[in-house]
Amino acid sequence: MPERTKQKTHIEFTLNGEAVEVAFAPHKTLLEVLREDLNLMGTKHGCELGECGTCAVLVNGRSALSCLVLGLEAEGRSVETVEGMASPAGLHPLQETFADTGAAQCGYCTPGFLLVAKELLAANPRPTREEIKEALCGNLCRCTGYIKIYEAVELAAARMRGEELELPREAVYGLD
Amino acid sequence: MRPFKYVRASDAAAAARAVAANPRAKFLGGGTNILDLMKEDVERPNELVDVTRLKLSEIKAASGGVSIGALAKNSDTANHPLIRRNYPLLTQAIVAGASGQLRNMATNGGNLLQRTRCQYFYDTAMPCNKREPGTGCGALEGLNRIHAIFGWSDKCVATYPGDMANALYALDAVVRVRGASGRERAIPVGEFHRLPGDTPQQDSNLAHGELITAIDLPKSNFAKNSYYLKVRDRASYAFALVSVAAALELERGRVKQARVVLGSVAHKPWRSLEAEAALVGGPASEESFRRAAEAALAGAKPLAHNGYKVELGKRAVVRALMRASRLA
Repeated sequence: MPERTKQKTHIEFTLNGEAVEVAFAPHKTLLEVLREDLNLMGTKHGCELGECGTCAVLVNGRSALSCLVLGLEAEGRSVETVEGMASPAGLHPLQETFADTGAAQCGYCTPGFLLVAKELLAANPRPTREEIKEALCGNLCRCTGYIKIYEAVELAAARMRGEELELPREAVYGLD
Repeated sequence: MRPFKYVRASDAAAAARAVAANPRAKFLGGGTNILDLMKEDVERPNELVDVTRLKLSEIKAASGGVSIGALAKNSDTANHPLIRRNYPLLTQAIVAGASGQLRNMATNGGNLLQRTRCQYFYDTAMPCNKREPGTGCGALEGLNRIHAIFGWSDKCVATYPGDMANALYALDAVVRVRGASGRERAIPVGEFHRLPGDTPQQDSNLAHGELITAIDLPKSNFAKNSYYLKVRDRASYAFALVSVAAALELERGRVKQARVVLGSVAHKPWRSLEAEAALVGGPASEESFRRAAEAALAGAKPLAHNGYKVELGKRAVVRALMRASRLA
């Protein structure tokens, strides 16, 4: 075995629209670099094996599992985490609808769902329920089930198109 | 994860040389199978040679067919207009696998090289000849519900779990590889993976340090009548129990040419020449497909817990052929 290297590697990349520089041990995953070296705790540690989706981030606009990407792979690329979704004007429509419809319970899976849903809506502003299911199949939720999550994505998609969507009464019981 | 040396290759030749020079070095592509296996302590490379920035991701028309770069992402390959139009079987097989996030990351070359999902291979507390030659096979007399029904040996009963390779085999694809000496060779997909025999630690016929550069698809007459059927424990995001890549060339209702490749039933994609022989010259009919399915599974040797794969395999062959010929 090689000795555990003390030497850190240094990279630059774009994180949530801003240029960042960071130094870390070269064997670290992007997930670890984001959480431990950049102090962005929104991206969650789940299974660590590419099975649960909670560590999903967008790399150059496309979803990837940060637990299976080396931090070094981010060099020169653009990474978006859940911290980058809200703007000074407020939450992203998906964040609003996830809150409004109760699409989060413990919330641990939510960052991954939000980013993968954002990727879906960027490519397909009017997804069917089946397309939403397929896009989100790599994200696991162990609390609520998925119906409210699908509804939240449908409602956000509608609002982003400038439309409003009537959801089933039970989906919005907390709103009034 | 154990520490390792990280090297970013400047070109394909340097990458192949770097891995060839160190018996414990591995290529790093999309990382979707090497990094999880490293975390599980199944793979223990002391050096990763990152090939992801090499210019090997082009998908282009070539000599009547299409050449897909080894580093093209699975999602880009599945969605490419040349693939969707001429090789819809490949698109179906790729999107049947993994999740969107993983397909965005996974490369075509890496997909071919994914390792088995045998639980005994992943569990370092159990014996496994594939992981540690000479320790025995935990699955042979253990829980072998997901394991092979063809071509296994008393050293290993694991299956190759992928989808893409089954479609590539049915489409007569060829894998282009480049060795450290610069020597290039072309390996038909059917000869790329191997049966376990006495050396199950070797999944493929690649030499250490050989780098996959492209996968070539010849011109195909199967685009109109092909279907990839994947049967699994849940409807999405799971590995196959049995899958079937079926491709037919039909002429006035009769089968002129056929390909039947089964997945997740052997240590490699399992083409059934018997089923194909039963189909060619006959009508595209359910009766004929049933005969082909019987022929395809006739030589199966199930283990204690996977006898269901024989009947499942027959029904899957029939359904895939029915869908391919648009009878269902």
